[in-house]
Amino acid sequence: MTPQTTPQMSPDDNLDIQSTHQSETILWLAQRISAMVLAVCILVHLGTIIYAVQGGLSAAEIIGRVGGSEAWLAFYVTFVLAITVHAPIGLRAILNEMTKLSRKRVDLLCFIGAVMLAYLGLKVAIRFYNLGVVS
Amino acid sequence: MSEENVEMLSVSVWRGDGEVGRYQDYEVPRQESQTVLDVVTYIQRHIDPNLSYRFACRVGVCGSCAMTVNGRPRWTCRTHVSKVVEDGKLTVAPLKNLEVIKDLSVDMTDFFDKWAKAEGSFKGDKTRHDDFAEISPTDRKRKAASAGIECIGCGVCYAACDLVAWNKDYLGPAALNRAWTLVNDVRDTNDKTRLKAVAGDAGCHACHSQQGCVESCVKHLSPTASIAGLKRATAWAALKGGLK
Repeated sequence: MTPQTTPQMSPDDNLDIQSTHQSETILWLAQRISAMVLAVCILVHLGTIIYAVQGGLSAAEIIGRVGGSEAWLAFYVTFVLAITVHAPIGLRAILNEMTKLSRKRVDLLCFIGAVMLAYLGLKVAIRFYNLGVVS
Repeated sequence: MSEENVEMLSVSVWRGDGEVGRYQDYEVPRQESQTVLDVVTYIQRHIDPNLSYRFACRVGVCGSCAMTVNGRPRWTCRTHVSKVVEDGKLTVAPLKNLEVIKDLSVDMTDFFDKWAKAEGSFKGDKTRHDDFAEISPTDRKRKAASAGIECIGCGVCYAACDLVAWNKDYLGPAALNRAWTLVNDVRDTNDKTRLKAVAGDAGCHACHSQQGCVESCVKHLSPTASIAGLKRATAWAALKGGLK
C-alpha cells in the first residue's frame, strides 16, 4: 500500500474555495428564483401570444397593446431581468462542464452574454413603451 | 443431469488493468439461484485462478462485490444470473469511474476520500457521561436521516453517475447522501463546516438530478433527494452568509 497524502493547500487556496462555496450557492439560488419568475412570465407571454394572433399579428397591434403601458413595461423589464440572471448561469454551468475553457474565461463570456441580453431586451421593452407614448 | 447436458453460461470478463486489457470468454455451468458473484467465483476456482475480484460477506451487507454486469453497476452477490442474463450471455467488468487495479478489482480510494471531503464523519460534543440524546422516531430530521442511512458504501451509485465521469472533483452521490444524513443528525455539531464542504460545483450544486444513482442504488435509497436537501440547506446557509 502506498501511503495516502493529502494535497497541500496554501491559505489563499483555502480562501478561494470558501468564497467559491458562497458565490456558487448564491448563483444557484439566483437561477432557481429567476426560474420561478420566468415560469410566470413565460405563461403570461405565451398566453398573450395565443390571444393576440387570433386576428393576425401586426406591429401596430403590438404597440397598441403594450405601448405606453407602465404595466406591460414593468412586466417585460421583469421578464428581461429574469432571463439576464437565469440564462448566463445555466450557460456557465454547461460551458464549465462540457468545455476545457478556463473558469475565468467562462465567467467573462457569460458576463458579456448577460450584459448583451439585458441591453437588447431592455432596449426592445423601452422602445415599445415609447412608441406607444408617441402614438 | 449428466455432465454433457449441463446448461452453460457464456461469460465475458474484463482482464487487465485500466489501461491495457481485454474481455476473456468463459463457459460456466448454470445452477439454480446462481448469482453473478457465484459465476465469478466459479471462474476463479475452477478455470482461471489469476482472476482478481473483491468480495467479503456474500449476503449484501458489506458492499464489496459491486461490478458492472451487462453494462450496469450492480452488487453481484445479490444479483441473480436469471434476472440479468441476455441471450445466455453475461458481461462482467469493473465498476466505472474508479481506477482499475486488476481485472474486476477497483481502487476505492477516491470514493472514500470524497466521503471525508464531504465531512462524512460524525462530530458530537457529548461525552460518555452525558445522557442519551432523545430523538423521536417521528421527528422530521430523524426521518430524513433514516431515509439515507442504510448506504453500504458499495460504489454502485458512484459508477452510475455521469457527473462523476465528467467532473473528477465531484463528490458523488454516496458522499453527499452521507453528508445529508449528518446534517439531519441533531447530535452532530459540524454542520457549518460540512455545508461549506458540500456546496459549490464539486458538491451538491453540480448534480443534474438525472437520478442514475437512484435507479442503481442496491438499497433503494434516493441520493438525489438527499442532494436536493443539501441544495436547500446550503442555500439557507449562504443567505445567512454561513458559507463564507
